[in-house]
Amino acid sequence: MSWEVVIGLEVHTQINSKTKAFCGCSTEFGAEPNSQTCPVCLGMPGQLPVLNNEAVQKTILTGLAIDATINLESKFDRKNYFYPDLPKGYQISQFTVPLVEHGHLDIPVEGGGEKRIGITRIHMEEDAGKSMHEGLDSVSHIDLNRSGVPLMEIVSEPDMRSADEAVAYLKQLHQLIRFLDVSGADMEKGQFRCDANVSVRRFGAPLGTRAELKNLNSFRFIKQAIDYEVVRQIEIIEDGGQVVQETRLYDSVKGESRSMRSKEEAHDYRYFPEPDLPALRVTAEEVAAIKAGMPELPSQLRQRFEREYGLSSYDADVLSQTLELARYLEDLIAAHPANPKIAANWLANELLGRLKESGHEIVNSPVSASALGLLLDRIADNTISGKIAKDVLDEMMRCGQSADTIIEAKGLKQVSDTGAIDAMIQTVLDANPDSVAEFKSGKDRLFGFFVGQVMKASRGQANPALVNERLKLLLNS
Amino acid sequence: MPFSSLETLKQRLDQREVSAQDLAKLYLDRIDAHNTLLNAFVHIDHDHVMAQAKASDDYRAAHDTPRPLEGLPIAVKDIFCTQDGPTRCCSKILEGFDAPYDAHVITRLKEAGAVLVGKTNMDEFAMGSSTETSAFGPCRNPWDTDRIPGGSSGGSAAAVAAALTPAALGTDTGGSIRQPAALCGLTGLKPTYGRISRRGIIAFASSLDQAGPMTSCVKDSAMLTAVMSGHDAGDSTSVMDAPTIDWLGACDQRDMKGLRIGKPKEYFIEGMDADVRATIENALKQCEALGAEIVDISLPHTESAVAAYYVIAPSEASANLSRYDGVRFGQRCDNPEDLNDLYMRSRDEGFGNEVKRRILTGTFALSSGYYDAYYIKAQRVRTLIRQDFLEAFEKVDLIATPTSPITAFALGEKADDPLTMYLSDIFTIAVNLAGLPALSQPCGFVNGLPVGMQWIAPAWQEDCLLGAASAYESATTWHQQHPEAFQ
Repeated sequence: MSWEVVIGLEVHTQINSKTKAFCGCSTEFGAEPNSQTCPVCLGMPGQLPVLNNEAVQKTILTGLAIDATINLESKFDRKNYFYPDLPKGYQISQFTVPLVEHGHLDIPVEGGGEKRIGITRIHMEEDAGKSMHEGLDSVSHIDLNRSGVPLMEIVSEPDMRSADEAVAYLKQLHQLIRFLDVSGADMEKGQFRCDANVSVRRFGAPLGTRAELKNLNSFRFIKQAIDYEVVRQIEIIEDGGQVVQETRLYDSVKGESRSMRSKEEAHDYRYFPEPDLPALRVTAEEVAAIKAGMPELPSQLRQRFEREYGLSSYDADVLSQTLELARYLEDLIAAHPANPKIAANWLANELLGRLKESGHEIVNSPVSASALGLLLDRIADNTISGKIAKDVLDEMMRCGQSADTIIEAKGLKQVSDTGAIDAMIQTVLDANPDSVAEFKSGKDRLFGFFVGQVMKASRGQANPALVNERLKLLLNS
Repeated sequence: MPFSSLETLKQRLDQREVSAQDLAKLYLDRIDAHNTLLNAFVHIDHDHVMAQAKASDDYRAAHDTPRPLEGLPIAVKDIFCTQDGPTRCCSKILEGFDAPYDAHVITRLKEAGAVLVGKTNMDEFAMGSSTETSAFGPCRNPWDTDRIPGGSSGGSAAAVAAALTPAALGTDTGGSIRQPAALCGLTGLKPTYGRISRRGIIAFASSLDQAGPMTSCVKDSAMLTAVMSGHDAGDSTSVMDAPTIDWLGACDQRDMKGLRIGKPKEYFIEGMDADVRATIENALKQCEALGAEIVDISLPHTESAVAAYYVIAPSEASANLSRYDGVRFGQRCDNPEDLNDLYMRSRDEGFGNEVKRRILTGTFALSSGYYDAYYIKAQRVRTLIRQDFLEAFEKVDLIATPTSPITAFALGEKADDPLTMYLSDIFTIAVNLAGLPALSQPCGFVNGLPVGMQWIAPAWQEDCLLGAASAYESATTWHQQHPEAFQ
């Protein structure tokens, strides 16, 4: 009996505006607990929210990037529940009329091609603070720095049919959000959080009862949690049982989920219109202006890399994966404009591998784009060979010094002096009279042996092209 | 002198006949003499009052032009957050709370040179019509101290009526300025919703709350509103491009020639006190004598206003009061067992019965399955009430009604009967639902107790209210009468 899996995703992503959604406090991550708070985000009596326009604009930009409708009039509502990290006892959100509706995202599918995933809505809301229950004193601590940080909640249609599709959608969305620069989207910092609604049904049957999975804070856990849930639900049904609607918490350590609350225990959030905020009105002109400022999206970037820099489609794809990588490439090409293709090769084939080995990301690469550009300049101007350059890059990764400093200190400068190379060749030929005789009797293969010996004698520093040229001349003389 | 208007006191200050410190001392002495009986003030800091008065005198000495309220003592309801002294909204749940900020209107009063004389008593969280639900005990009406002063701004009303302060601020969610003003023989103005910033005023029902003055005459209300009103970027519901008004100039009107006054039949009904009705009818005759034309009108949805109000206001309040949870400030129960126990006992111990009743009502009205039948329906009624007024104002310039169907009732008389108590606001509530400006002014007495007449104007036309009220006031002496026991 075959089963169809149905998945819808809700993503909460923190908007990277300078200040919070409804007050002037900083949104910077990692500050001293409760140092970025004010009477508004502490929910003190009489304090009122004032909407952050930057957060509105970033939500609109995101909406435009998923080809959605921007509602020129949207509304804020209060979502009521008690929790110590929710100072007002309600969260300001958008319930009845969100800012963004009816968008979509195309995701790559296995075996090529794309699949369109519907995005029901994106609405704005405020984040809650953080409760910390760990610690030796059995006391809960509350940090309200996060209280009031603006969020976009991005709700998909139940269009995904496997955990792999869910992850592909999330990766695509994550990449888009990073390119739009609307969120830090750092999952470890809780800036990009996902809840999954999962159900199973027999093909052609109506939708099954869903479970909502919470606490999915990495792509890997999302896949694991969905796979676990699918197996769990199928087992229940095949055993003659019924799936109950509930919220489940995924435990990434145990690799299993447990029920958090049933449908009966679900909160009644008592949504009602937020009387402290008038309707949010934006004009078609404002939306058009935001659209005009839309940055390049990954697919556009990929095409431009192929077109402008002549990159292979593979390199263009690899180097447009993240905004940071694309920016590095652009900086590298600016530093070394002579041959963009070679620059792209060095980035994709040499630097990225070394970064992976040393545990670095492109943003904290020990070798900056301008430093790598200088190294490429030294290959181009024949100061060093490409082979030596790889050793120089290793050294740059280790000590952070410039290519010139390393070449100078280690005496790696390429030898292009004909006289010096001729002398080295002569020494090699004199040391191998038998091989010379064999070569002259027709064993052409030995030419490579002589090149190798000369290069070895020069400790790799001889200009290989010149070695070839002079060796031919001297052997045939 | 204690019963002088702000305008008179200002003249005497300007002419250096008295100093701000003289005035502060005068009113502090009166507070000391009478507050034990009236319980109009719940917080007084003598030294702080005198220090403000001295600072005002110093300012006057150092500057050529005094500020608009230079040296004038003003009392404020305990609902306004003030950096100096406690702000408790007369609730036990805010015991120990010290606001680290001033409400926007407090800042404006301070910048205008006013001397803030203390915090006045009120119904807990402004929920009530008698100032009996205060955590600090009931306030009494200076005209008959066995009676209530009205509410929720009863402390402000009693304080001005007994001349413990020449003027005070109140807030009005369903009549909380106008009804106590009427029951204490004062002028009380509720401006158009959005005219005055709500920032720093403890919220009861955000879409209805509006601050305003309670004074002994119309011009004093204009003086205070002129200072209090204006856009505040910190309150998104304070209107940016509200039409400006010549507040003081509006008070120069001395007749009502050509003024069309609407008399809505739904405000003259069976069940209201016959003498109160006769008093208002008589006042309207005086208006006719001043040149006004009285036009019979209908506001057909008036009947549903109280019901709609008692869904909308508690709904908003149920959310607004969620922040009093014992976690960050105010009342927290001893030795909570767990989080739920902390919430439940802190709130149970901190809130009074009327506040609990409204939180429960509001929570119920917003609950899934009931929301459409209550909240949504009430919002529809609200729209209809707004339309009633819009249609009426096509025919008339102003509407005149009684402010309250009865005069001040006895302490305890309705305390255990919330439904009857809620009907105290039957004539004031529709105005809040429609967001309109309205003013109550004294227009006679019944059995020695003041009766108030309510003027209602189209949005942003407070000048029209002030003009008509000034004309009426200039032709009558009701506002010059004061309770004998406090002369």
